[in-house]
Amino acid sequence: MQLVLERRPERSATIAITSPLIAIALTLVTMGILFAILGKNPITALDVYFIEPLIDPYSLAEIAVKATPLVMIGVGLALCYIANIWNIGAEGQFLVGAVCGSWLAVRTNGTDVGPWVLPAMLFLGALGGALYALIPAICRVRFGASEILTSLMLVYVAYYGMDYLVRGPWRDPKGLNFPTTAPFDPVATVPSLIEGSRLHAGTIGVLIVVMLVAVLLGRTIMGFEIRLVGAAPKAARFSGFDADRLVLFTFAVSGALAGLAGIIEVAGPIGYLQPDISPGYGFTAIIVAFLGRLNPIGILIAGLFLALTFIGGENAEIAMKVPLDLTKVFQGILLFYVLACDSMIVYRIRLISSRRAPAHA
Amino acid sequence: MHDVSPSRASFGTEPLLRAIGITKRYGDFLANDGIDLDLFQAEIHALLGENGAGKSTLVKVMYGLIQPSAGELQWMGKKIVLGGPSEARALGIGMVFQHFSLFENLTVAENVALGLPPTESFAQISGRLEETARVYGLPLDPKREVWRLSVGERQRIEIVRALMQNPKLLILDEPTAVLTPQEADQLFIVLGRLKSEGRAILYISHKLDEVKRLCDTATILRGGKKVATCDPRRETAVSLARMMVGADIGEVKAASGRSASQPRLVIHRLSMQPDDPHGTHLDDVSLEVRGGEIVGIAGVAGNGQDEFFAALSGERLASGEGAIVIDGKAAGLLGVTERRRMGAAFVPEERLGHGTAPRMKLSENALLTGHAASGMVKRGFINKPATLATVDRTTKSFDVRKAKRDPEAVSLSGGNLQKFVVGREILREPGVLVVSQPTWGVDAGAAATIRQALIDLAARGAAVLVVSQDLDELAEIADRIAVMFHGRLSPPLSAAEATREALGLLMGGAKSGREPSVEEAPHATGS
Repeated sequence: MQLVLERRPERSATIAITSPLIAIALTLVTMGILFAILGKNPITALDVYFIEPLIDPYSLAEIAVKATPLVMIGVGLALCYIANIWNIGAEGQFLVGAVCGSWLAVRTNGTDVGPWVLPAMLFLGALGGALYALIPAICRVRFGASEILTSLMLVYVAYYGMDYLVRGPWRDPKGLNFPTTAPFDPVATVPSLIEGSRLHAGTIGVLIVVMLVAVLLGRTIMGFEIRLVGAAPKAARFSGFDADRLVLFTFAVSGALAGLAGIIEVAGPIGYLQPDISPGYGFTAIIVAFLGRLNPIGILIAGLFLALTFIGGENAEIAMKVPLDLTKVFQGILLFYVLACDSMIVYRIRLISSRRAPAHA
Repeated sequence: MHDVSPSRASFGTEPLLRAIGITKRYGDFLANDGIDLDLFQAEIHALLGENGAGKSTLVKVMYGLIQPSAGELQWMGKKIVLGGPSEARALGIGMVFQHFSLFENLTVAENVALGLPPTESFAQISGRLEETARVYGLPLDPKREVWRLSVGERQRIEIVRALMQNPKLLILDEPTAVLTPQEADQLFIVLGRLKSEGRAILYISHKLDEVKRLCDTATILRGGKKVATCDPRRETAVSLARMMVGADIGEVKAASGRSASQPRLVIHRLSMQPDDPHGTHLDDVSLEVRGGEIVGIAGVAGNGQDEFFAALSGERLASGEGAIVIDGKAAGLLGVTERRRMGAAFVPEERLGHGTAPRMKLSENALLTGHAASGMVKRGFINKPATLATVDRTTKSFDVRKAKRDPEAVSLSGGNLQKFVVGREILREPGVLVVSQPTWGVDAGAAATIRQALIDLAARGAAVLVVSQDLDELAEIADRIAVMFHGRLSPPLSAAEATREALGLLMGGAKSGREPSVEEAPHATGS
């Protein structure tokens, strides 16, 4: 007997929808086993991870706060990934967006210049992220450099550049030598949605972005071009589309969205620039994009789920004394299962006898 | 021709390989439905059928590549179960595939060694290769890299590789599909010799004249079932075709009074380096296609036709704008979209992946070539009803059969998808149509529909350029035929001048009628 992967005659619509759910279920089982190995009760651990955050209003708001950058970055990355263009450096574009927007907040700090500051910061954040993303895009188009490597490596350039700024020129003189900028003025801050909560207007923004990207992908010729280049590059060339232009476009858009997410994060829940503004949003968003099947609505749901793992991880660290790194293990296992389950959309597993054919099929 | 009288008696009357009730089911689809077949020693047995008739499935079962859902195989009277091709080879079954599995950057001997069991040294294999090639008159240089070789030479490698395992049964899948008539003649001599040695040959083809000339027995498949086993020499081409197709094929009617007018597509001294090092360099190609005429480009695959198509469609740009002129306007430096806006339309050879995106719906595939010059896109937004309307019109005009209104391209059969791809362009009423292999792998009914549509389009005043390896097709529809060889294009011959022999000689690259030798092959650049 042997196991074979057999191509399905048509894509399975059922599996396409249920694949993320199966992946989540398998992840939960694996995590339960991991908890058991760590000597924790798996049921309690999963309860702390996944149930408690959902019944506590503070945690619910935190989930939305964490999901905001994940979804914003994730939908941008989906545009790239659908076209088989591999922007792995959203983390760097997020940081550069945060730095570019913060530049204006730092420059105007305490001058009370007017309400245009925040929109200008958001614009600068998006612009900075887009320009930073265009570096690997141009390297690929001009020199054929792998965008996977260049975009990934630029993450570290961005991180240490930002680290230098907040420890050096932009450090708050009244900040007791902590590596942070001065707190942003109210005109340079994303407003909260609910008084006393960290839930902020950026969450509304991300819903608008999700809708715009859904329309772009489904209804416009540009969206068709993105899907066609990914599905059949030779047909895309025959269609008259320019693959190089698409590399630049998708990198710029995904970089802009990552940069926007960066400045919203800094000007919203954090309120000043400091070295640890991201727990790896740009990388987690890759998982979000795939878990959401590269579909904007799916990414919204996936972003909320991944945000839950962050909050659940923090809960578990406090309540059960498990390391916070377990969250990353968790996310990695999840991505692994998502990709494995996805192959079941096009293939199915068959047990066949290697010796003789069955008498009838 | 060759002595084809059955000498079976001297090798016994028991079949070498007997297939009994072979059935292969894919989901609800029966690719093979209870097929019986007996293969005897010293016999060339033809397996005839249209594309999709189940020929490939049947031979893959015989070669152990796929397992039948029902039925059994007997080898010299004993029941066998083939777990894979290596078990088939161990019994003495060899196969030469239509699509070669050769590594382009390795030498002939290295390729052969890779396909043999690792029981001999490389030197032994090289020696045996030369010996086998010499004995059977299949000249091959073991040290030459495969990418330097012509298609015919590549096929020789596959044949020699199969022969080195001394097979009792050799299966050949459409071996002449890629050969010039002269190369095919050489192959037939080799096959006659193999037969005289007592080997059984299963010869898959849909070329009726070849089968009549070469084969002792023919089994005809249609829709997965066996229709008949007969002696092809006692049948006419028409009666064989009728068994294959199941109905008389509609004759293609030439439109009367087709008169050529102004040149609508002019190619002037077009030269182009290939994209990849194994491609063909287009060398000073010139041609005029006038409104109202169909010009055919014949030639063996890989002689620059792909590059020529890409240059005409604008997927690759020429070096000067005057190299390609569409309706009097220089288009050499314009892209695909601009050329479509000038009234040109293109149908590439590869239906899936080039002409269409396989996993996209037909409406999206209508948009694929329609976005430039129709009402399908308004201010960047897709007009979905307009794309669906194109699908419906194409379906109606070209009898495209499909399971639902707007399925994925990949779910259509080859013939129906080809009708869609050709119809999609013809319905735009192009002034210039460039179409590559319009009926490749398409059943006879669909082929007739497509050829008729091309003739009718030309009759309405369009310039039609057809690139095809099928000489019968070109003879049927083209007013003039030019031959592409090693990136050069011969001057076009009128339909009267373009005999099979004349074309065959040009396809072999010989102005003098010599066989092209290895030394004449152009040395590809960039290697």
